[in-house]
Amino acid sequence: MSKDSNFIFNQTPQVLQKKKYCRFKKHGIKYIDFKDGEFLLKFINEQGKILPRRITGTSLKYQRKISIAIKRARHIALLPFVADGLK
Amino acid sequence: MNTNHYETVIILTPVLSEQQMKDAVAGFRELITGNGGELVHEENWGLTKLAYPIQKKGTGFYHLFEFKASPEFIKSFELAFRRDERVLRYLTVKLDRWGVDFNHRKRNGELRTVTPQGEKVIVKKKIIIEEAVL
Repeated sequence: MSKDSNFIFNQTPQVLQKKKYCRFKKHGIKYIDFKDGEFLLKFINEQGKILPRRITGTSLKYQRKISIAIKRARHIALLPFVADGLK
Repeated sequence: MNTNHYETVIILTPVLSEQQMKDAVAGFRELITGNGGELVHEENWGLTKLAYPIQKKGTGFYHLFEFKASPEFIKSFELAFRRDERVLRYLTVKLDRWGVDFNHRKRNGELRTVTPQGEKVIVKKKIIIEEAVL
């Protein structure tokens, strides 16, 4: 009985959820430009924090590149370090 | 002599006049070409709003240099920025082959003008293209 309900519980969310994918892998983007603040805006939340991989679906390889690009953009004041209501 | 491909963004104080800003940029340009560097590309973003204040200033003149130079040169180049009070911020990045390729395509794919108005229009266009691709 408990085994049965557990089985259903594990299955349902996966069926409903749309599969996430890494947009860089899908489109063959090899380089992430730190000078393009508007593009990097997609990977930070409204407080200016970098969004985790589990939300954006980015692969580890490109998440590292994004994080470097965002930090560089912050240094040259294209993105804020801290913000309130960025979006 | 081994050379690398670099990209430098500098932010100059908004206190300068247009002419003073151009003089400062010309000084740095000469530093690159006078020390065996090869200037690949240059871009002036004009007076741009900063995301947060730097030295109590809300805006700055952005200037971008893309050049080939030896690693030893970067040390003296950045020292010049640190000594110069007109420079609020600088960032030098070594480009890998994908970065070189990206900048090359960005330059050829769309004609960039130096005027701030023209720049803005093109930036908007670029975003539309990117959204279509992604």
